[in-house]
Amino acid sequence: MRRRRQAVPLDRDATGRYLPLLVAIMVYLAALALAGAMVASKLADRWDSGLSGALTVQLPAAGPAATEGGEGDPVAQQVVALLRDTPGVTAVERLDTRDIAALLEPWLGDAGLTADLPLPGLIAVTVDADQPPDLNALRRAVLAVAPGSLVDDHQRWLGHLLDLTWAIEAMAIVVVALVVLAAAIMVAFVTRMGLAAHEQAIEVLHLIGAQDSYVARQFQSHALSLGLRGGLIGLLCALPTLYLGRHLLQRIDSGLLPEMQLLPIEWSLLVLLPVASALVAMMTARITVLRTLARMP
Amino acid sequence: MPFSIQASAKGNPSLVRFEDVALRYGTGPEILKHISLQFDPGSYHFLVGASGAGKSSLLRMMYLAQHPSAGRVTLFGRDVTELSRPETALLRRRIGVVFQDFRLLDHLTARENVALPLQISGQAHGRSDKDVEELLTWVGLADHMDALPPTLSGGQQQRVAIARAVIGRPNLLLADEPTGNLDDRMAVRLLYLFEELNKIGTTVVIATHNESLVDRFPHPVTRLSVGAIAPSGEMAKTPAAGPGANPATAKSAAAVAGRESP
Repeated sequence: MRRRRQAVPLDRDATGRYLPLLVAIMVYLAALALAGAMVASKLADRWDSGLSGALTVQLPAAGPAATEGGEGDPVAQQVVALLRDTPGVTAVERLDTRDIAALLEPWLGDAGLTADLPLPGLIAVTVDADQPPDLNALRRAVLAVAPGSLVDDHQRWLGHLLDLTWAIEAMAIVVVALVVLAAAIMVAFVTRMGLAAHEQAIEVLHLIGAQDSYVARQFQSHALSLGLRGGLIGLLCALPTLYLGRHLLQRIDSGLLPEMQLLPIEWSLLVLLPVASALVAMMTARITVLRTLARMP
Repeated sequence: MPFSIQASAKGNPSLVRFEDVALRYGTGPEILKHISLQFDPGSYHFLVGASGAGKSSLLRMMYLAQHPSAGRVTLFGRDVTELSRPETALLRRRIGVVFQDFRLLDHLTARENVALPLQISGQAHGRSDKDVEELLTWVGLADHMDALPPTLSGGQQQRVAIARAVIGRPNLLLADEPTGNLDDRMAVRLLYLFEELNKIGTTVVIATHNESLVDRFPHPVTRLSVGAIAPSGEMAKTPAAGPGANPATAKSAAAVAGRESP
């Protein structure tokens, strides 16, 4: 069957040719921003769940003799025993000198630690996240046994990091919103240009009985097609960038950073971007045409 | 939903009714003044006058491209100034127009141009495709159905425009110089097509300056001169006006002089 041509020849407009390119750039930016938000969200979840169940007890640096074996430090032993007896504590691990040296190695180097360097004692405590111990009572009890010690639940540090990731997420959402707004403004502009360029054809359509919605359909189907095309191009360009980003993050090899593996639902969100761009373009074109024509006599 | 013909405020079933109508574009001079006329359903009229007499402007008001600047225009029983945009569109579907400058869409083929009113009004494809082909064949364009308007001669474009105006079997057919680019043989042939449409109930109004052509048909003539209905000659072929008079009544400006516009 013969394919019907559009009554308004929008596919011949020069302005329409640039729209997919602009939409592609917008979708590219939106894809990066969304992926960034998703990674930030994973980061926040990981730190939150990973550190909220952990405490670190820091004992004041003892003399060289005390730090040597660990086992011989009576204060440390008392603290470990106290922690093990505390309800809500699921595991207690006392870090020995070698563990602490390993933690400090990135900063001090392997030759930096000598036996006479005073090191604080560290005890890693895992608590039941559902029924955590009363932190203030625990602090008082530990201080009674080991004055000058520190019970750190990481909340201050964690709080700042979580604030940062939330800020990244919020910025990403703002970026996506701005991208949608900019795309809509562009489509509205191109639609208005189209209305002006095809004024005579539109007048003929009106005179032979076309409703405004008929004219709007011409524009919206054109915008849908351009938006979809641009969206697909933008997404295809974003994928290699995301892959590169993931590759660079993995090279950091840090326990702080999560695996930058997006879940299927997150991938679907990214894949939906071209659909979303097409729908935004279509609705913008429709609203622009209907509002412009409604103002006509 | 199709538009129903309603009786006018005075119970008059006129399809087209002008009451002391004037028209000016912007702040310019009056192009038309004191126009009062009425065309009944199923009537056939010629509107004659020299170039610039206001024929096209009068037709523009009839196909709702222009509202009067004074007076009252009633189409299908409805005051045109009271129509909403959707109502205007529905009413226009009942009016076929042959524009003086054809107004074909250059990127569409002859066939697509003619099918446009059917497409706009959402009529089924299969049947309408056949109707379009039959009509184009009838107007002598069987070999040009897939031609684009710019590749057609003036006369051929005019015939496409005529086919587009009549394809939807309008209740009111308005034609502005529909034979201007046609030889006499084709002109008469098309006027007979309009006659056929008129016989099945279409009200036909033809604006032309070709009085020799008009003389071949026994239809009433309304004569325009410098923006007004000429005080004499316009009723030359019109039967005495009266209730139910057919084909038409066309009242002169003199006959309605002094009527207050609503």
